[in-house]
Amino acid sequence: MSQLNLRNAARVGLLAGVVALSVSAIGMVESFDQRDLITDLFTLGQLLLFSAPLVAGYMVTKGVRDADNGAAVLLGLVSGVLTAVPPIALILLTLIAPNIRNALVNVSPALISILTFGASQIIGSLILAVIMAVLGVIGAAIHIVPEAVRKPILYGFGWTLGLGMLSDVLLNILRPLLGRSLVRLFFGTKGITFVSAAIIFVLSIAITIWWQSGGQSQYEARKASLSEAQAKRSRQISIGAGIVALLLLPLILGTYLTEVVDNVGLFILMGLGLNIVVGFAGLLDLGYVAFFAIGAYVMGILTSQGDLGIIDMSFWLALPISVAAAVTAGVLLGMPVLRMRGDYLAIVTLGFGEIIRVMATSDLLKPYIGGAQGILQIAKPTSGSFTMVQPEHFYYLILAGAGLAVFVSWRLRDSRLGRQWMALREDEDVAEAMGINLVSTKLLAFGIGAAFSGLAGAIFATRLSSIFPHSFNLLISINVLSLIIVGGIGSLPGVVVGALVLVGLPELLREFAQYRLLLYGALMIAMMLARPEGLWPSSITRREFHAEDEVVGGVQ
Amino acid sequence: MAQRFKDIDYIGLFLWLFRAAIIVIVVWGTVAKLFLGQGNAYTTKDWINFLVAGLSQGSIFALIALGYTLVYGVLFMINFAHGEFFMAGTMTATIFVALPLSASGFLDKHPVIGMLAILVVAMVVSVSVALLTERVAYRPLRRAPRLVPLITAIGASFFWQYFFAGLFGSGLIPFPELAVLRGAWMIGGVEFLKTRAVVMIASVIMLIGLYIFIMRTKTGTAIRAVAEDKDIAALMGIDVDRTISITFATGAAMAGVAGILYGLVFRQVNFIMGFVPGIKAFTAAVLGGIGSIPGAAIGGFFLGVFEAIGPPLFLEGLGIPGSHQLKDVIAFTMLVLVLIFRPQGIIGERLAEKKA
Repeated sequence: MSQLNLRNAARVGLLAGVVALSVSAIGMVESFDQRDLITDLFTLGQLLLFSAPLVAGYMVTKGVRDADNGAAVLLGLVSGVLTAVPPIALILLTLIAPNIRNALVNVSPALISILTFGASQIIGSLILAVIMAVLGVIGAAIHIVPEAVRKPILYGFGWTLGLGMLSDVLLNILRPLLGRSLVRLFFGTKGITFVSAAIIFVLSIAITIWWQSGGQSQYEARKASLSEAQAKRSRQISIGAGIVALLLLPLILGTYLTEVVDNVGLFILMGLGLNIVVGFAGLLDLGYVAFFAIGAYVMGILTSQGDLGIIDMSFWLALPISVAAAVTAGVLLGMPVLRMRGDYLAIVTLGFGEIIRVMATSDLLKPYIGGAQGILQIAKPTSGSFTMVQPEHFYYLILAGAGLAVFVSWRLRDSRLGRQWMALREDEDVAEAMGINLVSTKLLAFGIGAAFSGLAGAIFATRLSSIFPHSFNLLISINVLSLIIVGGIGSLPGVVVGALVLVGLPELLREFAQYRLLLYGALMIAMMLARPEGLWPSSITRREFHAEDEVVGGVQ
Repeated sequence: MAQRFKDIDYIGLFLWLFRAAIIVIVVWGTVAKLFLGQGNAYTTKDWINFLVAGLSQGSIFALIALGYTLVYGVLFMINFAHGEFFMAGTMTATIFVALPLSASGFLDKHPVIGMLAILVVAMVVSVSVALLTERVAYRPLRRAPRLVPLITAIGASFFWQYFFAGLFGSGLIPFPELAVLRGAWMIGGVEFLKTRAVVMIASVIMLIGLYIFIMRTKTGTAIRAVAEDKDIAALMGIDVDRTISITFATGAAMAGVAGILYGLVFRQVNFIMGFVPGIKAFTAAVLGGIGSIPGAAIGGFFLGVFEAIGPPLFLEGLGIPGSHQLKDVIAFTMLVLVLIFRPQGIIGERLAEKKA
């Protein structure tokens, strides 16, 4: 029995090692190493590298019985040591073949020095093996430590590393509040200082312990004791507070972060639109970027003060026209694909998206939409003598658009049309047999989905005041699709969560930029395997995906 | 009820207009080109050149299309990541075999051995990537709703693209030129570029080999049995999981070869080289009737030729500037048209609609 376990430990360890080797070889470790989580002590790259043995140690001891601590430690040790083998192989390879960089461009001296902690290749390999072995044992120990101790410590590390990763944001927000000397105490040149890391660590441990030993039960008791009217009132208050916070957000965040939030907002807008098409009606549309592009181009042509502008319209007049153009395009592209389902629909819509992009780049339409040079000098929205220029101004425009989209999606979801969409999603033939008009239902989904995207496109065009066809490639569609998948297909809060995680985080952590799509791809697979309902699923999908568990639980 | 019929007629009318518009564009363009002398004047030799270029391009599409068709045949799923299998093998073989061999002069001295080594490495890498993808991203989800494996396939596609971009860099990598393939052969007064001819011959050999493999060997029979009915195949003692893996491996091996041929023709590779050829090869597979092996071959050649002849023929005839830029539009339009109007493809062996 124990031999079998060892074989498993070796396998998992080597697998984790291959992962560690891969993230090193594709340059992720080196590029993430630019970001200090705790100044001069611990970087994101190291976190990435060292989570491999931790996870391996944790995985291999999952099945070990509680009492058998010795076996757990042994398994953790074995998996940890083996995790180190593939990276060490890479280190030694650079000794034998110093020119390896000609082929594997990211195996740089900098990477090797991260892997070997600045020591020589041989000594560094030993250090790496020892550290990974220790981490494997620690990963195994997670099972051994009693719950009451494990949770606070894990939370402590989680908060410290999480806040360390977002230190730029914290610094941006806190700088005006703290004095210069306090800023220097808490924030290093990159990342948070050891002092603030220690404070966060201790604080989060203390809070978790307090929460575990009574805080949670007190809170829940108090929540339960509220009367119906009081509960309603408290909910209203929290919603009101949320709205006020959203309105004041740009004041707190400052220009740079507001710009990031603007981007997230545009993706929320598009995500809500695609959510109607994919999430509600179950029509997988991969050419969604086309409507974004149409919204942007119509806005550009109508309002540009450059050579390509035709009538120099104001933003507010052009906005409904752009949205209407996107809706028309949505319905027109929807008509030919009415009889298609599933993967064929996905491929056809992808084809449409690519056709529109290639046409926009080609010389054919160059006299009208500028070809690869795009449209320049698109007008900014004005009202009276006030012109929107700052990201803060656009924030409110985008907030209004996203708010409207949330409201419309929310009301549609519970409407007759929404229920028709969901029936369509579950089974087209049955839906038709129930008397649902497939044609109008599908076209409405395409049209409304396109409307949100067109709105996003129009705002995008005026915000950047110039548009180029290469901004409208397939990757945008994939981006939007992955954010609704990660957030939870069909879930409105899921769209917001997905956009924050998939668009907001990579903007804040510039090191991610290069690996964004790699991570999206991996996330899409991982979500489908482990949590197909998404991070914040709608109640219906949650029920669907866990219906079986409940039945099983009921029987037992 | 009356309302419904009215709706359908409306849609039907729209589809007819759509079809008619395409036909008018093609016919008008062709007539304008051939009889009214629009655009550049081409000689017969030029046209034959276009045709040969199209055929050699099409033979590459045909090889890639086989992967789509085989996998669709057994799993009824579009393996969106197939273009990445094509890219993975080619990039790895180019960097680790082709470039060093070419730099040391071995490739020019022993072109056959050198090419074989490159092909073997490309096939091995493509097959490994395919098997890994199948094992991790497809197999656990075989019983999931149809959209789920499609989403993991899209995820896998982007994962591999950017994985290889990280590994080998995101720039263009030159594929070495073979000295023996420089120049052209003259056959009956028509000149055939050697590269193109070799690519075409190699593809046809691979296609015939694959056909024999599927039709004549025991493994091929197992693949066909699994494609017909997985449960019955399992009852007959066929290891379904293994057969599906073999199917993926076969398709990926073809893609690996196709990738090297692509490298020979275009002389450069990079991490997104799999995307557009992948979509086009899928178009070819649908064109020929997805699930059918001869269909994939015919669809590939057809698409290659159409794409090569289309821009100089009817697009120039319409007086469209820079018509070669619209080559991809032709392929994508064809994809859309076939999927909308004839999802069973030219040969129509299998009713795709039933399964889709």
